[in-house]
Amino acid sequence: MTGSNPKTVLDSLNQGLYQALRDDPQVILMGEDLTDPYGGAFKVTRGLSTAFPNRVITTPISEAGITGMAGGMALRGMRPVVEIMFGDFTTLIMDQVINHLTKFSAMYHGLVNASVMIRTPMGGRRGYGPTHSQTLEKFFLGAPGLTVLAPFNLMSDVSIGAPGQLLYEAILKLNSPVLFVENKLQYTLKLRSAADLGEYSLASSNSAEGIHAPFYRLVLQSAPSASFTLAAYGHMAHMALEALYRLAYEHEIFCELWVPTQLAPFMLTPLIESVAHTGCLLAVEEGTLSLGWGAEVLARTAEALGPSLRKAGRLAAKETVVPAAPELEAECLPDTEDIIKRVLEMV
Amino acid sequence: MDLNARLYRQLLIIRQFETVLLEHFKTGVFAGTTHTSLGQEANAVGVLSHLTENDIVVSNHRCHGHFLAYGGDPQALFAELMGKPSGVCGGVGGSQHLHWRNFYSSGVQGGTVAMAAGMALAEKRAESGAIVVDFMGDGTLGEGIVYECLNMIGLWQLPILIVLENNRIAQTTPSSLAVAGSIPLRFTTFGIPAAEIDSSDILEIQPLAGELIQQVRVQFAPRALIISTARLGSHSKGDDTRSSDELAALWQTRDPIVIHSARLPEGIRSNVEHEVASFIADAYEAALAADGGKR
Repeated sequence: MTGSNPKTVLDSLNQGLYQALRDDPQVILMGEDLTDPYGGAFKVTRGLSTAFPNRVITTPISEAGITGMAGGMALRGMRPVVEIMFGDFTTLIMDQVINHLTKFSAMYHGLVNASVMIRTPMGGRRGYGPTHSQTLEKFFLGAPGLTVLAPFNLMSDVSIGAPGQLLYEAILKLNSPVLFVENKLQYTLKLRSAADLGEYSLASSNSAEGIHAPFYRLVLQSAPSASFTLAAYGHMAHMALEALYRLAYEHEIFCELWVPTQLAPFMLTPLIESVAHTGCLLAVEEGTLSLGWGAEVLARTAEALGPSLRKAGRLAAKETVVPAAPELEAECLPDTEDIIKRVLEMV
Repeated sequence: MDLNARLYRQLLIIRQFETVLLEHFKTGVFAGTTHTSLGQEANAVGVLSHLTENDIVVSNHRCHGHFLAYGGDPQALFAELMGKPSGVCGGVGGSQHLHWRNFYSSGVQGGTVAMAAGMALAEKRAESGAIVVDFMGDGTLGEGIVYECLNMIGLWQLPILIVLENNRIAQTTPSSLAVAGSIPLRFTTFGIPAAEIDSSDILEIQPLAGELIQQVRVQFAPRALIISTARLGSHSKGDDTRSSDELAALWQTRDPIVIHSARLPEGIRSNVEHEVASFIADAYEAALAADGGKR
């Protein structure tokens, strides 16, 4: 678990939590069903209660209560990490995040920090149905005082940018509350470094807010310069990468893919610079369309570029429930084919 | 100064502060909103007089009395309510959102109980010996998160005294329209022993609070104190729907200042009253003049 190089996103996140517990006695994990032998519904905390018996707390099913308590603990100098078992349940912590955790530092005039890490798995494609498959982070994006992070299964070199590293740094270094959005399908994805990307070329851009939260730029190696900019994060970015490859080889359309790991506060400068060259932007997300992440990305890009943004589009989930039946669920959520189709419509 | 005179002074500081505050809302010095604790002063003084330096207080929207009884500076509180940089929180927090030393208040019902429980868990884990006092009202009993937190407070035996100030009215809604069943059972059912008192008398409230705080401190375990009390003022400034007869009766029978002042010899009583009046007047003037006199 802890010694070797992590192979998957899940291993990496688990290692990040282990290291945070190891390096700072003020770190504590709280959530439902976290302790061994179960180790959490998605196993992200597996082994941690064995390694740190008093610092991993299995709680009652009380999302609001534990998030609010984490706020109180943070005000007293701790760095609590809360797991919300399914991202869908973040609606239950909305008041705690919006009216409490993100308010403390500013309303108490900077006299306190509220370093609370809230981790949660979002997303569908597992057939869990309408209340266990949603992508709800858009409701938190733009909340003043909240940092929203989403890991990607890449690292710019062996140590920086891996999901676990992002998590570790956010837990120990950020003095604001953080919503850390994992995606259920990311957990089993292999962790890849620049070296084993093969045909892709990877550049990582900024470190945001005092931690290394890479903004990845992915292009095909030795391809002509890009005529189209794709933007996506999390597992959707994994699908967009596949679309980028097929658009090049099957349609001779060359794209740049930009993948932020910090969703909020929005820091889009590198993406906007890319669109300044290509003039075309498609933002892809697994959440529903209206007032989503893509809407803000497009608005900011349009504000910055004016008429040099020639074409802009958003691809997102249908504005309905996520059905349980696999075929219906697939129709509801955007995938690689949808991205390719949409790019072909736009060019 | 003997104990009775000292307690009278503390009660009066809160009353006088809020009286001046309400006066100057009318003159436009204060804007926005505020929730006064007229009639509930003995709860704040009776409970908080037992705290030591490291103990923590979590309060709610009706927090001026708690803040002043905790030892907060009236000038800084006036300045906060005037929206000034020299205020407790630089004018950002205003009436409901105060933080000074180990005192915290916030304005959303229920969430403060979670905040207090988290602090108690942090102090328990740190083995600091500090305890938490959390003030809530009967209106707060409608919030779901309260029960999530009572469950965890009982489950993990957190060092906290929950003081429920039952003024039997939530904004304008009497508790008969809002609270079912038993209030003490809400605590005892989660394994939190609860004591009840129906009083506005500082000499009755203070010893009971002291006993419970001692239990929390020694056993490092939770307790609840339910004080049936009377809110003599409006919920905020002018939104009282109770009849003038009802209010007059409450002022006559449930005013902690009147109850306690009867115990003091005339000379001492008027000395305290003059001293507090000028103390609060000075604090008000100093707050007004602070920050270059600007708002």
